[in-house]
Amino acid sequence: MDFISILSVFVMACFVGYYVVWSVTPALHTPLMAVTNAISSVIVVGALVAGAAEGSVVSKWLGLLAVVLASVNIFGGFAVTERMLAMYKKKEKK
Amino acid sequence: MEHVTTPPWAMLAYLVAGVLFIMALRGLSSPATSRAGNRYGMIGMTIAMVTTLLTHGLASLPEIAGAIAIGGGLGFVTARRIKMTDMPQLVAAFHSLVGMAAVLVGLAAYLNPIAFGIAGPDGVIEVQSRIEMGLGIAIGAITFSGSVIAFLKLNGNMSGAPIMLPGRHAINLGTLVAILGLVAYFTQDQAPWVIAVITALSFAIGFLLIIPIGGADMPVVVSMLNSYSGWAAAAMGFTLHNTAMIITGALVGSSGAILSYIMCKAMNRSFISVIAGGFGAAPEAAAGGAAKVQRPWKRGAAEDAAYLMKEAENVIIIPGYGMAVAQAQHVLREMGDLLKKEGVNVKYAIHPVAGRMPGHMNVLLAEANVPYDEVFELEDINGEFAQADVAFIIGANDVVNPAAKTDKSSPIYGMPVFDVDKAKTVMFIKRSMGGVGYAGVDNDVFYMDQTMMLLADAKKMVEDINKALAH
Repeated sequence: MDFISILSVFVMACFVGYYVVWSVTPALHTPLMAVTNAISSVIVVGALVAGAAEGSVVSKWLGLLAVVLASVNIFGGFAVTERMLAMYKKKEKK
Repeated sequence: MEHVTTPPWAMLAYLVAGVLFIMALRGLSSPATSRAGNRYGMIGMTIAMVTTLLTHGLASLPEIAGAIAIGGGLGFVTARRIKMTDMPQLVAAFHSLVGMAAVLVGLAAYLNPIAFGIAGPDGVIEVQSRIEMGLGIAIGAITFSGSVIAFLKLNGNMSGAPIMLPGRHAINLGTLVAILGLVAYFTQDQAPWVIAVITALSFAIGFLLIIPIGGADMPVVVSMLNSYSGWAAAAMGFTLHNTAMIITGALVGSSGAILSYIMCKAMNRSFISVIAGGFGAAPEAAAGGAAKVQRPWKRGAAEDAAYLMKEAENVIIIPGYGMAVAQAQHVLREMGDLLKKEGVNVKYAIHPVAGRMPGHMNVLLAEANVPYDEVFELEDINGEFAQADVAFIIGANDVVNPAAKTDKSSPIYGMPVFDVDKAKTVMFIKRSMGGVGYAGVDNDVFYMDQTMMLLADAKKMVEDINKALAH
């Protein structure tokens, strides 16, 4: 992809992010932070590329270390979000 | 090795992952749809990871699987064990990991540019990629060291008081300019020292930016670092030409920026003044300057409070971080249940900056089994205090201080506050009359005719009220 297409995706995504985040209910702002944390670990994609590549041993190990860090976030972030969201309950109907 | 290109199916898969992440955030518009949203997020992440492994990683699968297992196991166990009161620290710690991962990926891409498809066979990195890489590493490093300091402050390993270096604005500005200058120079010279100095300076500036910021401003800082972690991911997405990373980075970046904005607005502070730091550094100057006038106030007992609330029609409970510190949320919910049995209408009112991060108080109440439809935001409930028989303040202080509305010289002037003075009776749980809120200012609510001060540990007091209510 050329730079302009990438930039277009980025700018559009910023707008989507703006509107989607404003629609998040304030009661769920903590889970929002936890889940954004989890998804920002999609940086693991870059870590996997580095960890899988041949050509530079240092680069490979940096990549693998990044995979470890990002995995902490992915599993931890989604799990803690799930745990929090499970606690939000409606009033029991009588 | 030839130039690596991503096959079209993989590009489509990354796009699907990006859309699933948007749906994950969209689900959070209501607690009812939120769990489905979280699942979309997990599916999106799985798609992104599997796609990358299929296109790149099958050769090194054992090492990669090991790395995922170590990290994933650690993250999962932490997520299961963490206390809800410690959520701000956990989020700060997680931010630091994203930042560090971004730095490591950036450095790996620098060392092996051909594998990332950003250099020709001669190993010369494309100019545009150098800018993206330099900025990505810089933002990642700032996120890392800033988050580490935020974690230490929130976790109590480091004093929450602002640490002010002389000439810090000049130092910070100089360092930022140096980083940008070096990124520009990096486009001309891809020597290792350039990237090394960019990384080192960025670690330093993250540290310098956060140490002068006081504990009360931590909700803004945590949101801001959330935003940075997103921009770091986006910058890496540019380097890798990866749509999933770019979409996610933009989402997370906007999310953190909006949360910072909401937090600043709820404190009536400008973003710049938060970043400049120093809030809450010298409360003596404000409170100790004028001779303190002893004003009369009334002390109440648990039995009185219980009696008044039993007879009330509407009770609004205002919890603050002090409630969480005292671990009083569970007994508070019991109190709510006992009152509801007596036919009292109980509601909870939450200020946007209650707690140590956005929405923290809502999570703590949810954990104590308070139904979310009994919990209201500031603007939705503030009109109801005139009809309230009792405003029950537990562990909050600045957010009910009328000085924010009337006293232009007050450090919290202009901050939106609860109109508790309109309630028939105000009950204020506080450990003693001596302490003040974060802003370090006295509170007129203590001395109002209708105010009953309940001086005790929050948990102990609510337990006593519950005992009296149960009779």
